[in-house]
Order: sequence, then structure tokens, then C-alpha cells
Amino acid sequence: MKLKESIKQALKTIWGSKLRALLTMLGVIIGIAAVMVIVGVGSGLQSYMLEQFQQFGTNTLTVTVVGRNSSRSVSVDDMYQIVEDNGQYLDKISPTVQMQGSIKIGTETISTTSATGVSEEYFSIKGYTVEQGRGLRYVDISQRKKVCVIGKYVAETWFGDNAVGQTLKIGGNTYTIVGVLSQEDDEMDEGGTDDAVYLPYSTASRLSGTAISSYTITVVSEDTASESKTAVENALYAIFDDEDAYSVISMTEMLSMMTDMINVMITVLTVIAGISLVVGGIGIMNIMLVSVSERTREIGIRKALGAKERYIMSQFVIESLVMSAIGGLIGIAAGYGISAVASVLITALTDTAIAVTPTAQSIGIAFGVSAAIGILFGYLPAKKAARLNPIDALRFE
Amino acid sequence: MDNVLIEFRHVSKLYQMGDTLVKAADDISLEIYKGEFVAILGKSGSGKSTCMNIIGCLDVPTSGEFLLDGRNVGHMNKNELAEFRNEKLGFIFQQYNLLPKMSILENVEVPLMYAGITGRDRRQRAAEMLESVGLGNKLKNLPSQLSGGQQQRVSIARALVCSPAIILADEPTGALDGKTGTEVLELLRKLNEDGNTVVLITHDNSIAAAAKRIIRLSDGKKIFDGPVDDPRAFATPAMPVSAGGEAY
Ligand SMILES: Nc1ncnc2c1ncn2[C@@H]1O[C@H](COP(=O)(O)OP(=O)(O)O)[C@@H](O)[C@H]1O
Ligand SMILES: [Mg+2]
Repeated sequence: MKLKESIKQALKTIWGSKLRALLTMLGVIIGIAAVMVIVGVGSGLQSYMLEQFQQFGTNTLTVTVVGRNSSRSVSVDDMYQIVEDNGQYLDKISPTVQMQGSIKIGTETISTTSATGVSEEYFSIKGYTVEQGRGLRYVDISQRKKVCVIGKYVAETWFGDNAVGQTLKIGGNTYTIVGVLSQEDDEMDEGGTDDAVYLPYSTASRLSGTAISSYTITVVSEDTASESKTAVENALYAIFDDEDAYSVISMTEMLSMMTDMINVMITVLTVIAGISLVVGGIGIMNIMLVSVSERTREIGIRKALGAKERYIMSQFVIESLVMSAIGGLIGIAAGYGISAVASVLITALTDTAIAVTPTAQSIGIAFGVSAAIGILFGYLPAKKAARLNPIDALRFE
Repeated sequence: MDNVLIEFRHVSKLYQMGDTLVKAADDISLEIYKGEFVAILGKSGSGKSTCMNIIGCLDVPTSGEFLLDGRNVGHMNKNELAEFRNEKLGFIFQQYNLLPKMSILENVEVPLMYAGITGRDRRQRAAEMLESVGLGNKLKNLPSQLSGGQQQRVSIARALVCSPAIILADEPTGALDGKTGTEVLELLRKLNEDGNTVVLITHDNSIAAAAKRIIRLSDGKKIFDGPVDDPRAFATPAMPVSAGGEAY
């Protein structure tokens, strides 16, 4: 018996009772679509997060020093020393001072643009490049110069092409623009990475009256991110003798923590959706059992005409396989449709561009699982059919 | 004799019905030769179906031996039996037993399919066979679109399509009116004239009369075996008679 022929025959039988077949497949359809959408949401969420984290730089540690009491503190020099002492793990450091005051350009006051005090190494830590003019220099820091480097968005929005040499005001002080960074985000937006002003941290700290308490440190290698983090923590613990006096956040570690969390969530949801696949399989088995008893006479006739048990068996297994495979295909199509709609809805409702992307792997597995369900749950009814005694089967009305 | 097709050697078939043991076939011995037209005749419950199931390789005797075309069927496994049925036997049933969702062409193709014949060759052989029973213009019809007589002709075409050694007809006219019944019997007689071996199973004397030889059963025993024109063939049996033992 040829496989092609059996499949043709199975399709014909299924087509002969379309509604019943469709209802039987429903469990598989729903199960497959659900698994696809859930895995799709997971992978969409993951790539969205990865993108977000990459903006911070996955090779950086963010250190925040709260201090315990006035008796102990770390100076900027102490922090530079820590980096130097742990040269095998830590590379560069820049203090970061977030300015609170609003920025004035000409007579306009703008609130979305961030102003941050940083060191001369900050741009290379972040991987930003200077497009016009220059970056910050050591003398700007040491002499607390009132200069700044602005993001591309600020330059284009307020100064057109010739920002360098012009001035802007932060909290009442006037700063000379010495450089413009090149565009960082794919699309420049208000409040985005390119909507920023950078000034020497020493100037920022002095003029805003805030102590320097945040640092961005790059690690030598992402592979030793957690060792790097420990090195910084140990050094700070030696100073404060108190774990609550500081916090060290590793972006790589955060990312992998979030990824693990999402994976657990997705796995749990997939297992739940998988239950509907099992229910769908039992539905198929149920209908196949009904079908075997309805077709007892047919089985008897076929046996009388020379069908071997093997053939009767494969006829029913293939029928069940074809049915659940069709269910699987419909489920995959439904999964695609739901994913597309979900992507649009999520983007519209939450304003975050999470694309629900069914992975090729999940589709492959989904189809494999539905085929396997067909074989698995078709086996028992098929065995029953094949074992029928031809005499009893022929007598059956 | 090398042209013995069917041979029963002291065949018995027993069924346990609760406490009682039913002898559906009771020590039957017989031989049927190539080219014969034999009717197995008997009242309901006499053991006809039991014999037919054994001849049809659908069942095996409880004791005794059954040989078909020289091979001892009792020694075959299920697969070999299926193959043997496909190769040696053409069944014609009282209820036609066509597959209702298939066209009559596909119905006739089924035995060929199990014989491993595929594609165009198979379709052509099935179509030719249907043509020979006068249904060449209805190939695509479903069985339900045909009259009873036409359906029985489809089942005859299906029985013949693998060129079986024996045509086994179980009450082939039972569901037909007198005229179409006669036509079917006529067709069987013609098949026999063409050299086919036909075994007809019936409870009806007038149907059995179409055959050349009568084997009568009663309570699982063979009570007559002889030519159709023997006066004892249809006599109500006061006592078991046998004209058997003579060579055919
Ligand atoms: N599967 C079975 N189980 C029990 N008894 C059976 C079975 N098949 C046939 N018999 C009995 O065997 C006897 C012969 O039956 P059968 O061969 O069907 O006769 P016929 O076909 O001539 O009517 C009957 O008494 C019947 O009740
Ligand atoms: Mg009977």
C-alpha cells in the first residue's frame, strides 16, 4: 500500500464529514494556536527587552552610593582607585550627575531634554561619537568649565546646522556648546537618547549643589560581568562595612535575570496551552473510536477482499494523523493571524513596539506535536479496527 | 487429483453457547473441483455460513483439515490468510457489501489495491470488469445511485477483478426481486461456462437448481452430495442420504 494512496483516502473520508472533522480538530487547532502565540509573545518581549538593555550598554555596571552616615563616604578619586585596582575586571569609569533644573535655549524653556554631568570618558563608555566640534576634556572637568556637548536631536531642533559655539542655559548658568554627538537612536525622538545635554560632572555637581553619587563603569568582558560586580561590591563593602550603603547593578545580570523570568513564565503558559493539545488528542481518539465502530462493516468487507491487519491499521492511523495535521496547519494559520492582531493591539494600547513573533522553531514543534498526537491517539482505535474478526465485522449491521 | 480446489477432511466447527456445545459443522468431508458450479443448500441454522466462512478463509475449523488449491489453510497466519483471500477468492454477498462512499469504479479497484496493483493499470482493469457486467457508463456513480441488481453486478465485478480461483456467492439473490435474481443467476452460470469455479450458498431450492451439483446440509452434517438432476437432491430428508464418494 502506498502512503500517497492512504493519505488520499484519508482526505476523502475526512472531507466526507467536514463538520465533524472540524469539531474534532478544534482542540488541536486551539492548542497549536495558543502555543504559537504564547511563544511569540515571549520572543517578542525578549527582543524588546534586549533592545532596551542594549541602550544602556550591557557591558556596564551602574554604581549608586547612598552612604551610611556622614562619617564615611567615597570620593570620585576613591572610585577611580577602585577601577584601577581591579584592572583585570574593570575598564573605564565616569561619574554621572543628573541635573534637575530646566534647560533654556534662547527664550524657550524645554523640559524633555536631560542634562547629565559626566567625565571625559563617558562618550567612549557609551560608544557615542562626536560629529561636530569636540567631546569633553580632562581640563573641562578639572577646571569646572561651563561647556557642554549636545545630542543630535537638540542640535537639529534648536540650532539647525551650527550649534557649536552657541550657548544654552541650565538652572540659570550659561554653557557654551563645544560639540554635537552623532545620532544614536534609529529614530530621533523627544526624550530619546539624542535629546540630551552633557556637561563636566565637576561643574554639574558644583552648580546644582548635589554630591556625586552615581557612576557608570565598563567591564573588561561581559563574560566576567558578575566577577566585576563582586569586585566593586567588595571594595565598597571594605569602605562602608554595610551592604545597604551602595548598590551595584550589572546590566548583563539584569538582562539574564529578566530573560530567565520570561522563560519561566512562557514555559508555564506553554504547558497550560499544551494541556489543550492533549485534550484535542483525546477528542481525536474519541472520534476515531466512534468511526471504527461505525465502519465495522466496511472493515469486514475490506478484510474479506484481502486487506491485511497492517493495512487497516495504517488506514486508521493515517486518517487520524491527517486529521490532526490539518488541525495543526489550521492552528498555525490561526496562530499567525492572532499574533499579527496582538502585535498591532499591544503597540496601539501600550505604546511599546513589542512584536508577537511566532518563531520558526515553535511552528516546527507545533506541527510535529500535532502529527505526533494524531499517531499517538489514532493508534489505539486503529489497533481495535485491525483486530476485528472479519466474520463478526461482516455480520455487523 | 491435481485439479481439486476445495477439500474438507472431516471438518468440524464447534461453538460454545453457554453450557451447550453447538456443532455448526459436524465432520464434513467434501471435494470441489476446478470448473464446477456447486450449490451448498440447507435451511437456516444448518451450517451454510459456517462452511462458507471456512471456504472463504475467514475462519478455520475446530478440527479436521481444509485445503484450498492444495494448501492447508489451517496452517496459515492472519497475513497469509488475507493474501490468500485476495488471490484465490471472489466474494459475492447477499447485501452487496459495497463501500457506500466510494464510486463503483473505486469499489472494484479495492481488491486490486490490496493485490498491490496501482495507478492507471488498476483503474483500467476495474473499468473493463465493470464494462463486462454492463455498467461501463456508470463508473463514477455511488452504489446508492444504482438499483439492487446493478449493485449486485458491481459486487460480481469486484469479485472477479482479481481473477480468483473460486467465486463464493452467499445468497446472491436474497435481496433481489425474482427477475433480477434470475439475471444474476444467469450471469453466474455464464461465468461458470467461461471456466470459473462457482460456489453458491442458499437456502432456496429453486436458486440451488441453477447449479450443476448440490451439497445439502442439515444440523451441520452433509446429508446429500450429488448432481442437481438426482431426484434425491431436493427431497425432504427422511434420513441422511448421500450420493457422495463418486468421482467428479
Ligand atoms: N459465532 C457463533 N457462535 C455461536 N453459535 C454460532 C455462531 N455462528 C453460528 N453458530 C451456530 O451454528 C449453527 C450454524 O449456523 P450457520 O452456519 O450460520 O447456519 P446457516 O448459515 O445455515 O443459517 C447455528 O445453530 C448457529 O446458531
Ligand atoms: Mg447463514
